[in-house]
Amino acid sequence: MWIRIYAIFIKELKQLSRDRMTFGMIIMIPLVQLMLFGYAINTDARHIHVGLVDLSQTSESRAVEQALVATQSVDFIARYRSIKEAEVAITKGEIRAVLYLPADMTRRLFNHPLYDHKQTDSQLTQPIGQWIVDGSDTVIASTIRALRNMPLDEVANHTATRTAPSFEVVQYFNPEQRTVVNIVPGLVAVILTMTMILFTSSAIVRESEHGNMEFLITTPVRSIELMIGKIAPYVLVGLLQVAIILYVGHWMFSVPIKGSILSLLGSSILFIFASLTLGLVLSTIAKTQLQSMQMTIFILLPSILLSGFMFPYDAMPVAAQWIAEALPVTHFMRMIRAIALRDASLLLLGKDALWLGLFTIGGIIIASLRFKKTLG
Amino acid sequence: MISNESEQVEYAIEAKGLSKHFGNNIAVNKLDLKIPKGSIYGFLGPNGCGKSTSIRLLTGLLEASEGDVTILGNPLLGHEEALKKRIGYMTQKFSLYDDLTVQENLNFVGAIYGFVGKRKKARLEELLALYDLEKQAKQFAGSMSGGQKQRLALACATLHSPELLFLDEPTSAVDPENRREFWERLFDLCAAGTTILVSTHYMDEAERCHALAIMEEGNKRADGSPQALMDAMPATVVEVSGNKLRQLKQTLTQHPEILSAAQIGAHLRVLVKKKVQDPLSLISTLSDGRETVLARPSLEDVFVTCTGDRYVD
Repeated sequence: MWIRIYAIFIKELKQLSRDRMTFGMIIMIPLVQLMLFGYAINTDARHIHVGLVDLSQTSESRAVEQALVATQSVDFIARYRSIKEAEVAITKGEIRAVLYLPADMTRRLFNHPLYDHKQTDSQLTQPIGQWIVDGSDTVIASTIRALRNMPLDEVANHTATRTAPSFEVVQYFNPEQRTVVNIVPGLVAVILTMTMILFTSSAIVRESEHGNMEFLITTPVRSIELMIGKIAPYVLVGLLQVAIILYVGHWMFSVPIKGSILSLLGSSILFIFASLTLGLVLSTIAKTQLQSMQMTIFILLPSILLSGFMFPYDAMPVAAQWIAEALPVTHFMRMIRAIALRDASLLLLGKDALWLGLFTIGGIIIASLRFKKTLG
Repeated sequence: MISNESEQVEYAIEAKGLSKHFGNNIAVNKLDLKIPKGSIYGFLGPNGCGKSTSIRLLTGLLEASEGDVTILGNPLLGHEEALKKRIGYMTQKFSLYDDLTVQENLNFVGAIYGFVGKRKKARLEELLALYDLEKQAKQFAGSMSGGQKQRLALACATLHSPELLFLDEPTSAVDPENRREFWERLFDLCAAGTTILVSTHYMDEAERCHALAIMEEGNKRADGSPQALMDAMPATVVEVSGNKLRQLKQTLTQHPEILSAAQIGAHLRVLVKKKVQDPLSLISTLSDGRETVLARPSLEDVFVTCTGDRYVD
């Protein structure tokens, strides 16, 4: 039995090393995705293009503008004479928001309860200006909303009378709040899902498509041997990809890797096995490599969108959370982030590890049952 | 070689009422076979006649809808795995790995059949020499000629020295020279005691078999040795020579006693029903005194008389 598995393993490894396209993809997919996601995805918006309608035209209004630019959240790229003009610009998409400073802005500023210690009559309290935002993009809108209570001490030449905040927030594990810290370990999960499922689902189908299967069936090879031999090389491929993403992510984006290598290796292997068996199950359904590709994408999209890679798991409705729970990638997403960023040990994540293990066993049973049928 | 003289003939393959349905389509219909050990048996028939399906049923690749099969003395049902070590199968399409070298392909198949170490090395060297592949050992299988690929496929199918070898249209992608050579190798294997079942749509190949079955639309129309089939043919062959043979063919084929007329070079080969007492004079009359002679039947004539709407019971 082991001779046959080893023979298939060696054969598969040789074929893989000669398939330059596939071999290149194994290395290039993680690198390119890492660059793209590492640089491009950022959930805290900066330098949002905004416009200004300044009816006040005072040194104070210019000071307010300067203070806003200093936050780096917005860039004033245009000025408009009226709100109407600015609204058209928002509709056209030239700017995402506009700041309206009324003619009596200076008076409003000095009457503002934060800066005028004698002012007690809340009737007179008015905001000093208004933001009109393209609220369709929630990230932009929330960034602008965060400017609502921006301190304007320097403009008003007064230290604001301010009460202490209700809560103090201490940010563990990612104090600078860089998105990339959360993205890189998540990327490990997404890329493994993609390559592991794709390679295995097409690996078996390729044998039948090229007519090799017909010969193999008449040899003493058993289906379980064929499956193990065929997917074993991809365990190595998967581990190579994990190493590439974490190492390059650490080196380029200074993403910390706090957890132990053993926990990383353990969780990665568990997830690789789960993904490979999922690929195997798909391969017993698909008749051609194109079909296996389509099914991989069918699995891949929910894996990216529901696993917590892009949107927080907690923000999803319960039904979506159930679907997410069924996907192995959700569990691995939790594990890899916990291990890499929070130095959790594999034992601490027993539930997720158990699910991946059960998924693998179930997958192998289904695949070998179905595989038998396709031969008959 | 066939041991007809021996008292008790041992059969490599025995099938009774073997049938395979795909939905409403009957691919193989109640096939009965008795193939003696050590012989070369042929399946002759057009594409889609059920040759490949029959071979797949006999190798255990497909499960039969009905019927019993005994392979090498064991019922096929339930012994598929054990029999896999004793049979070899060469598929119609090249089924080895194009992106592996000849040596690597053989190595892989060797390991699959449990050959290891020195035993594997010795067997591989033997096969490379036997099938004249020593120079190609390091070449990728995908870059080889049709004849070389076929030799490699045969080497892989016979690596474990099977007692029974199935060949599904082995020579369809090979030139006549290589075909000849290939058959020499089959006779070598046969002389060493291997039973061979080969499917073909070439008459000359069928003629080389010890015995054959003519198949059409899933049915076995006739079987026996090529000579016996020719002797038992329900028709007499008359050759007509002269001019305007195309027109003559039209008139002849209308006649109820004439099974077929086909032009072969300058002759018209006419098959007349055997019950006609004097076929020569019948054809002479019909062909306005053109030259007519009786001819020796060929396997093609047998094929023509037992297939299509000319099929005579």
